[in-house]
Amino acid sequence: MLQIEDVSLNLNGGPILKGVNLRISRGEIHSILGINGTGKSTLAYLLMGLEGYHPTSGRIIFEGEDITDLPIWERARRGITMAWQEPARFEGLTVQEYLLLSRRNGEGSLSPATCLERVGLNPSLYLSRPVDQALSGGERKRVELASVLAMRPKLAILDEPDSGIDAPSLDQIIEVIRTLAEERSSVILITHQEQVTRIADRASCLCSGMIIRTGNAEEMARFFSIHCRTCSHINEPEGELIENI
Amino acid sequence: MKTFDYSKEFEAIAQAYAQSGGSPAALLDRKFASLVVSGNKVLASNSIPGVRIESEGAQTGVRAKVIVEPRTQVAYPVHLCFGVIPEEGLQEISSEFEIGEGAKVNFLAHCSFPHALEVRHLMEAKVHIGRGAELTYSETHFHGKEGGIVVIPKTEVRVEAGGVFNNQFKLVSGTVGKLDLELTAELEEKAVCDLETKVYGKREDKIRVKESVYLNGPWSRGLVKSRIVVSERAESEVLGEIIGNGAHTRGHVDCLEIIQGNEAKAKAVPLLQVVDPTAKLTHEAAIGSVDKKQVQTLMARGLTEGEAVETVVKGLLK
Ligand SMILES: Nc1ncnc2c1ncn2[C@@H]1O[C@H](COP(=O)(O)OP(=O)(O)OP(=O)(O)O)[C@@H](O)[C@H]1O
Ligand SMILES: [Mg+2]
Repeated sequence: MLQIEDVSLNLNGGPILKGVNLRISRGEIHSILGINGTGKSTLAYLLMGLEGYHPTSGRIIFEGEDITDLPIWERARRGITMAWQEPARFEGLTVQEYLLLSRRNGEGSLSPATCLERVGLNPSLYLSRPVDQALSGGERKRVELASVLAMRPKLAILDEPDSGIDAPSLDQIIEVIRTLAEERSSVILITHQEQVTRIADRASCLCSGMIIRTGNAEEMARFFSIHCRTCSHINEPEGELIENI
Repeated sequence: MKTFDYSKEFEAIAQAYAQSGGSPAALLDRKFASLVVSGNKVLASNSIPGVRIESEGAQTGVRAKVIVEPRTQVAYPVHLCFGVIPEEGLQEISSEFEIGEGAKVNFLAHCSFPHALEVRHLMEAKVHIGRGAELTYSETHFHGKEGGIVVIPKTEVRVEAGGVFNNQFKLVSGTVGKLDLELTAELEEKAVCDLETKVYGKREDKIRVKESVYLNGPWSRGLVKSRIVVSERAESEVLGEIIGNGAHTRGHVDCLEIIQGNEAKAKAVPLLQVVDPTAKLTHEAAIGSVDKKQVQTLMARGLTEGEAVETVVKGLLK
């Protein structure tokens, strides 16, 4: 369903992503692992089509169509959406209004209340609250996830949906991601936590803008904890670690 | 001389009042204190126990005095309705608000100039809030499409110890024309002042907002918040000023001006003056186009760029 073909990206003259190749099938949860600053968020922005993140080379194919040059909203209407690592705040926009904005060519989106319940927020307390600074970091992250649910996306790019979420609630967030996949959404799951990676079908390890290895989630979680956590070459992968997919 | 048809005029102003978001029924309901002014005529004035409204027409406007008796907790908002219905006219309002010690009252003011081509609305208000009293004043303007209007409100507020002044000024529908708003508030010990101004400028609009809060008494607090959007060839200038004269005073200026298009202009001048070293004053001022992250977030939900910008702007001005 999604193919990233030899994608590179330079920002301000420096290479941030280097020849990224990835294939993700329908209903697959694909985890992206990597230490701080390896390019995970950059990859998410590039897939969503944010301004300034057009690939320097390479292509993005979604459902057989080359979407490399499509603007954000066109990708969204084809079913791609993203939850920001640090979501924006909006003055004067209620959670209800925000969730109602999620739409994809008018195709059956989920009601705001249902989405909130799924992410563990009580609709009667949250629907009328503004999506502004008054929401805590964790609340805002949940609302972000709820707005992704509301889209019923074909591809959900989740940039660290687990960061800022308290440990007791982590299972709930994991459950939400599972449900997305059960409803045939593909999920790109960016995370640092092995516990979260384990719910993925497959995972890739990103190091210094390169995918150095892709495999099943369990194995990749182990790989990440052994190699990346103790990595001596900060953001500079050694040649021998790079493995073809 | 042509006689003045009060009922017809009332109908016209009630209609304009409804356009600006007011509910005309409230102007007739005796349980609300109210004042209705069209041009230089007082069309209706209703006092209630604890709230006395005195008014008289003059050559080019109206003089009004609103007195809220000490310790009165006014259950329903006081409705004020000012308007100029014809295309041309001068309306000078000179008003005094006397909020007695410990009283609590809410004002809903609507100003409507639906057909203005050459209208001037000048307002001079003196507000005195007694010890521990609380005044909330919300003013909403409704201007016609043409923008042929000059609005110059000048307000002086004195808040005695422990008093609270909440002020909201909103001019987001229709064309502003020329707005030159000035408000000065002087606060005594532990008094609080909270100002919020929202204006949407279009076409050739000229917007100037100057709000100054003097934190004179110890522990007094002030917030000066403005949200201004300018599009087309509109221009805005916002001066938010807080002076911390008293000990342990706290003040914050929060000014956001959004520019849409290449021709609109905006200027922000936050001014903080710490006189007493224990005063703490802060400000944030941002001028620019709509925040890119906000817009892209909404686009990632399927909104076009135009729709996303509109959604963000609508929220800011709500
Ligand atoms: N506009 C830019 N210009 C130059 N370098 C940039 C730019 N944006 C990001 N970078 C750099 O690109 C690298 C990747 O950043 P990115 O935000 O994608 O990392 P990440 O893997 O998401 O990290 P984290 O785990 O901290 O979220 C970082 O080294 C960052 O400093
Ligand atoms: Mg990141």
